[in-house]
Amino acid sequence: MKGMKHLFGIAGLERHQIEYLVNLGDSFIDINRRPIKKAPTLRGKTIINLFFENSTRTRTSFEIAGKRLSADVINISASTSATKKGETLLDTALTLAAMQPHVVVIRHSLAGTCEFLAEHLEHTAIVNAGDGAHEHPTQILTDLLTMKQAWGSPEGKVITIVGDISHSRVARSHLLAAPKMGYRIRLVAPKTLLPSQVERYGCEVFHDFDAALPGSDAVYMLRVQTERLTDSCSFPSIREYHEAYGLNMKRLRAAGSDCLVMHPGPMNRGVEIATDVADSLQSRVLDQVEMGVAIRMAVLTAMCGGGETE
Amino acid sequence: MILRIQNGHIIDPANGIDRIADLWVRDGVIAAIGESDCGPADQTIDAGGCIVCPGLIDMHVHLREPGQEWKEDIASGSRAAVAGGVTSMCCMPNTGPHIDHAGIALQIIARAKQVGLCNVYPIGAVTKNLDGKELTEMRELSRAGCVAFSDDGMPIWHAGVMRKSLEYAASFGFMIIQHAEEKMLTGNGAINEGWVSTQLGVAGMPAVGEDSMIARDIMLAELSGARYHVAHISTKGAVELVRQARGKGLKVTTEAAPHHFALTEEAVLGYNADAKMSPPLRTEEDRLAVIEGLRDGTIDVIATDHAPHHEDDKRCGLSCAAFGIVGLETMLPLSLQLVRDQVLEMPRLLATMTCNPARLLGLKAGTLSIGAEADICIFDPEKKWTLDRKKLFSKGKNTPWHGMEMTGQVTHTIKAGQPVFSHGAIVGEAAYE
Repeated sequence: MKGMKHLFGIAGLERHQIEYLVNLGDSFIDINRRPIKKAPTLRGKTIINLFFENSTRTRTSFEIAGKRLSADVINISASTSATKKGETLLDTALTLAAMQPHVVVIRHSLAGTCEFLAEHLEHTAIVNAGDGAHEHPTQILTDLLTMKQAWGSPEGKVITIVGDISHSRVARSHLLAAPKMGYRIRLVAPKTLLPSQVERYGCEVFHDFDAALPGSDAVYMLRVQTERLTDSCSFPSIREYHEAYGLNMKRLRAAGSDCLVMHPGPMNRGVEIATDVADSLQSRVLDQVEMGVAIRMAVLTAMCGGGETE
Repeated sequence: MILRIQNGHIIDPANGIDRIADLWVRDGVIAAIGESDCGPADQTIDAGGCIVCPGLIDMHVHLREPGQEWKEDIASGSRAAVAGGVTSMCCMPNTGPHIDHAGIALQIIARAKQVGLCNVYPIGAVTKNLDGKELTEMRELSRAGCVAFSDDGMPIWHAGVMRKSLEYAASFGFMIIQHAEEKMLTGNGAINEGWVSTQLGVAGMPAVGEDSMIARDIMLAELSGARYHVAHISTKGAVELVRQARGKGLKVTTEAAPHHFALTEEAVLGYNADAKMSPPLRTEEDRLAVIEGLRDGTIDVIATDHAPHHEDDKRCGLSCAAFGIVGLETMLPLSLQLVRDQVLEMPRLLATMTCNPARLLGLKAGTLSIGAEADICIFDPEKKWTLDRKKLFSKGKNTPWHGMEMTGQVTHTIKAGQPVFSHGAIVGEAAYE
């Protein structure tokens, strides 16, 4: 896709680029549902998935996306990488770049990793698969494709995001996407889990989950990292968290029967989401996973310069 | 040896001198201003269009020697100093080993004399190993040449230890310099906590982390009657606390670093590790409060917190990068902006970098009094130049001003009557070291 060398975040995308990627993802859904799930689009392309943080679904999603488009996909995870031997992040990236891949997909616990590496890697496209509490653009594109499936367009919808907003790259990327795509965000969290001046994104902020439910078109539950919650004194206990901010059937009913349930995964059943809610007809959690593969196919295609007829 | 500095605009805040005249130096000391009976000069410097002032003092510098000489050493730090017009500087004790016993202080002073470019006055550690537990032998450190005490880089966080430090220091007239940072609040923060940290997804250091420790310290300073100096003040709240303390007549003083009145947190957008320091760049409101503090005299001193780092310590992403930027070579041009913006008149600005720190620390420096050692800075206040990090004399190239235009340039630095820096180059014997 013209004018898109890397994908660092939603911040760097304009509406038409977001729409383009979502529509391209839409066109790939079919391949994933066929008996023979292979297209030649990225034949001869090399993609490295460089994951410094544990991840199963995002890494697998990128891997499947690349392989179904016939790219050669290599996975590197922190536990097997040279970083354990003291090599710096930059040297690891430079070393891999010297092997001439077309795309490096990076996940790292430090915000800004992609921007930092891109300064030093000239000829490699970098895709952000999540950097610290900064951005997670392919998740948001995935969510937008899921919403497109459900509603046609996110325009005018209200998405209520619940949980640890402070540490959430998913929340930040949604906060950046919402004004571009015309949907609205409600954030629900106690003050201990909200970043400074978050209202400046133009969202509504609630501490009371129940007050935020009426009028929500989707409730988007963030994964709770249980140790982080109690160790940082951000919340006293999982029990109290579930009571205050867990999505249970009663709350889902209050939100209404048209309200969708979303979650970027992996879910903690009984913590942020009750089992019956997770398995309910209103849940779009598995659709998100499916759309994730299609979106990553679209992103990889765009990074390799394809997909556009111009 | 007679040196004549001709036609310069002499500004000596210590003596209230502010006029165009010749400055005469004989045998390393200031001999006369204006008419002189020195006879013909051996050397003449034409200072027409330039300001001639006492050699600058930077009371907050990290020289990294001993222990981290790949970042900076006394020789490279001295070259950076004189390139910035600085002829006296105070070095902080977070070296390896720390300046927590007299031997290290003596070693640093001896090495600085050997380099011979710039006076170096060590700041002694308040606690052994800078670990905030046991007091150092401050009297012995003072006899060895330490001019004040600080655990800079680390706060003296324990309220009981801080109380005892202040009481002990007060008993002998020593000044305690605090790096005010409540670590329980700043945690693993890398930049100011606020809208910028939220957007970047980087952990922040809230202003209250600085303010709350200063509030506590001021109460302890009042209790002990000690001289308490806040290093690198950066927040609106902290400036107000110091203002109130001074209003009550407490012996509380503070310094501001040029980056805190020249830049805001926006400089770190794009994950710029060269704009990362502690305390961090704050908001525009804080920046203006620091400027107001300089204007109304709440802030006595401009000091750089010169913190050289190796490229490897900075080139690892914003969150992991070391705190600090170099400052010696940009102190004057950045500070001159305060004159251009009419915050301070030139003599008052120069006082913050000459006689004010000299008075706080009891240094025989920062003046052009007749008979004083002839440490002199000559600068062209209007000269524009572009900062190139590769051309810095410091080993540290970590500056956020790379490629930016500076206004005001040091043309000559004179140490004890000897020109040591002239038109961009180190001159004299030191040039051959």
